Amino acid sequence: MSSTPSSDKPNSTNRTEDRQSASSEGPILSVRHLRVEFPVRHANLVALDDVSFDIAPGEVLGVVGESGAGKSMIGNAVIRLLEPPGRIASGEIHLAGRRIDNLPEDDFVRLRGRHIGMIFQDPLTSLNPLFSIGDQLVETIRTHLPLNEKQARALALDLLAEVGIPAPETRFDSYPHQLSGGMRQRVVIVLALAAQPQLIIADEPTTALDVSVQAQILGLLKRLCAGRGAAVMLITHDMGVIAENADRVAVMYAGRLIEIGPVNEVIHRPRHPYTEGLMAAIPRLDGRRERLYQIEGAMPRLAAIPSGCAFHPRCPHAAERCRRERPELIPSGDSLTACWLHDPEAPVVRRQPQGGERVVLVSSTPRPAGEVLVKAIDLVRHFDVSKPWINRVLERTGRVTLKAVDGVSLVIRRGETLSLVGESGCGKSTLARLIVGLYDLTRGRLFYAGEEITDLARRSGRRAAAVRKRFQMIFQDPYASLNPLWRVGAIIGEPLRYFRPEMSDVDRRRRVGKLLEQVGLSAADALRYPHEFSGGQRQRISIARALANEPEFLVCDEPTSALDVSVQAQILNLMKDLQQQYGLTYLFISHDMAVVKHMADRIAVMYLGRIVEVAASDRLFATAYHPYSRMLLDAVPSLEGTGKRRTMIEGEVPNPIHPPSGCAFHPRCPHAFDRCRREVPVLTIRSEGSEVACHAVAEGRIV
Amino acid sequence: MLAFLIQRVLQAIFVMLMVSLFAFSLFHYVGDPVLNMLGQEATEADRAALRAQLGLDQPVVVQFWNFIVNAVQLEFGISYRSARPVTEMILERLPATLELAIVSAIFAVVLGIVFGVYTAIARGSLLSKFIMAVSLIGVSLPTFLIGVLLIYLFAVNLGWLPAFGRGETVRIGSWWTTGLLTASGLRSLILPAITLGLFQLTLIMRLVRAEMLEVLRTDYIKFARARGLPQRVVNLRHALKNTLIPVITIIGLQLGTIIAFAIITETVFQWPGVGALFITAVRFVDIPLMAAYLMMIALVFVLINLVVDLLYYVVDPRLRVPGGSK
Repeated sequence: MSSTPSSDKPNSTNRTEDRQSASSEGPILSVRHLRVEFPVRHANLVALDDVSFDIAPGEVLGVVGESGAGKSMIGNAVIRLLEPPGRIASGEIHLAGRRIDNLPEDDFVRLRGRHIGMIFQDPLTSLNPLFSIGDQLVETIRTHLPLNEKQARALALDLLAEVGIPAPETRFDSYPHQLSGGMRQRVVIVLALAAQPQLIIADEPTTALDVSVQAQILGLLKRLCAGRGAAVMLITHDMGVIAENADRVAVMYAGRLIEIGPVNEVIHRPRHPYTEGLMAAIPRLDGRRERLYQIEGAMPRLAAIPSGCAFHPRCPHAAERCRRERPELIPSGDSLTACWLHDPEAPVVRRQPQGGERVVLVSSTPRPAGEVLVKAIDLVRHFDVSKPWINRVLERTGRVTLKAVDGVSLVIRRGETLSLVGESGCGKSTLARLIVGLYDLTRGRLFYAGEEITDLARRSGRRAAAVRKRFQMIFQDPYASLNPLWRVGAIIGEPLRYFRPEMSDVDRRRRVGKLLEQVGLSAADALRYPHEFSGGQRQRISIARALANEPEFLVCDEPTSALDVSVQAQILNLMKDLQQQYGLTYLFISHDMAVVKHMADRIAVMYLGRIVEVAASDRLFATAYHPYSRMLLDAVPSLEGTGKRRTMIEGEVPNPIHPPSGCAFHPRCPHAFDRCRREVPVLTIRSEGSEVACHAVAEGRIV
Repeated sequence: MLAFLIQRVLQAIFVMLMVSLFAFSLFHYVGDPVLNMLGQEATEADRAALRAQLGLDQPVVVQFWNFIVNAVQLEFGISYRSARPVTEMILERLPATLELAIVSAIFAVVLGIVFGVYTAIARGSLLSKFIMAVSLIGVSLPTFLIGVLLIYLFAVNLGWLPAFGRGETVRIGSWWTTGLLTASGLRSLILPAITLGLFQLTLIMRLVRAEMLEVLRTDYIKFARARGLPQRVVNLRHALKNTLIPVITIIGLQLGTIIAFAIITETVFQWPGVGALFITAVRFVDIPLMAAYLMMIALVFVLINLVVDLLYYVVDPRLRVPGGSK
């Protein structure tokens, strides 16, 4: 079976035997004392240090950790695709009993794709844009299997059908840009699995996808790997994904494996304080905490890994021994953990975490609603995405408009947090920008504290400035939203200079210092540049800038989706504290239902430019009416749901340029009937404070 | 596709109109041709007669219209200096310039891409560091200096190659003369072609290298490696094609400058091309010749740009095939 193009080599028969014997005995992958180094100009950075683990045939090993932990490094080292100048300094890697880390490069190339398959994070960039998917498939298949063009094509079509790509014959000649994100990731999976490798390394395979598509892709990946008996290394930062898909979990911190064990043990009985903190820092769908548990600080940089246990500066239990001596993996129950708390001889004594905040579950009584702060009536924003006029004339097509926001009415009350949720392309960011006047309205009216601000985007001058300084925006990407050439002090001081020109330099500097302290940085940081800060610290700077003029209303567009879980917890806690302190009103946009649950008083669910349901947060999470809201909630991988089965939602968000007729959700809705295809449902009051736009709900066909 | 083509052709026509306006305005703002042509002792009647003969007594708009109508028919009037039709003079010299430009362009593009790809793939190797260092010379030394140095070394000192002129030429058809078919013609071509192409070579090489390094870092290249495609296929099929997309634009523009910058090389090597003709035209304020040269260079740029746009279309499916799911 295993006749690769190298079948003239004497060892190819051995390999076949290796392959067969491996499935009956011994691990597929065995990593021993792996050490990866990055020699740079002044130092020798150690990216992975003494990492050992096994993966058995058919097993899914989850590898988790925050950015900088070295989790992707493991996968890259195993398949030998480390970014230069990274190199394996010591240790051994065995694949099905054969040592592979010392193979010459020419031999190693034959392992890739044939014995080890790898799937990357972003399906939009994993495929070569200049070649058709059929081209890339046939090329890959023929590299590994002795098939002619025609046979390879037949196999490719079979595989495309197997991963659920409709009409593979026509898709075969498509280019990657013609496929949606979910479809592209299916193609990536086919490419990685085409030659039936024994080991699949999936590096954040669904992070770039919408939550409904994520569930489909993970299900598919799991089914295919199980069917082929392949072992899987699933690298991700998402504990929910791990909980639902992995058999065992390895937790990474600062280049070291600090805990490894069965998935239930690691998630529900974490041994290492870092794992414990990580679990407690994740916003949950079940029950709501006033504050999230917070691990102070951030992952150390490779150049400055602390002595002893690398986690000790952030650990609530750290003792003198932790600072001096590095713990190795110690058995603890079914798990192994590298922590002196679990030393069988002389364990370090556990201290009670201060405050005990992480166990406080509050039944969130909605805050008393203040007066109406923002009132939007039938907001519409269309973008002209037509081709040039000459194409329209020749192709006899008309103008094409993208209805990004298509008739949204909503009310935000003073002091509350309204969350906008929805998948990519639903128009939530556009709506936010309309409300703060970054985009012109195509139609509709907008009021802020009773004053009409419909044409704010076009207005300038003193009165417009007076309104503008009352609300601010916090953006998603903390790396792109701060000018890299300005000092932090200038960045935060800019809104002050603009809105309060009368303020003296000394006063402004003092105010900037105070703002920095408010967001948990120090006044001295004003003199530094953005690149000197981590992602979480940058987001704090963004918040300080937004707060400079004491606004009352903040629009936050995915403020934590670029951050790690422990940092996310810090930022969310900070935002909640600031809200209490200053009575801020938030419009909080997120695609993460658990984060939304943690933050929101009320939630508006958007789908293709329209709001399909508005409800108090507790109500929505208890009983969502709209089928789309239900689907969103159902698709979130949850920590509790180890092994949980869910109803799969078909399809993906349609192209908003050509939205479906009637109710835009009808092609994916299990309750759709004729009226849904014809008639657009309007938001109607369903119960106290809750509105739904759904024919099936209105007619009582869904309860 | 048709819409794309029509759009580009319309744009090209617009650019050519703008350039014609500029070329036409030369006649009015760069000295009075009548005075230049007739000299001191001509009478007023002589001047009026010449004015009428050159059409300079008509309204400006009519003159411009006539200029364009003539230009479309490749008719640029009579040279003030040599009293021969300008078009004829240019056509006579054009083969020399085109042959020089094309040979040096091929030299620059082929070696530029080969060196660029090599230095990107074998980034740390000694040879690639050497190539990069030498390429700095090509970027920083001015063309005329390189030309003079080459003449000094290969023509004066070593005596291997001729220092000037085009060598023997062969006539093909009614007006084309070629130096590519004789040994002396080919030998004469070597030094000027290198001089003219060296700067472009280093530019293209550095561009290809930077672009290739960028592409080699992309996810799809990493994924191509991860699924076991051989190194050669990854580099030369997947990476190179993506590298060439932005490179095509620059190469196109550079081909235009090769023809435009031939002036200097032609002067250094006394190459009997259009550039040398233009230099003489400037010296004697031979406006019809200057205008015609300007139009020719503009046409070359516009045509190359048109070809580049069409190449884009062929290479990049994202332009050719409409996107969007479903």
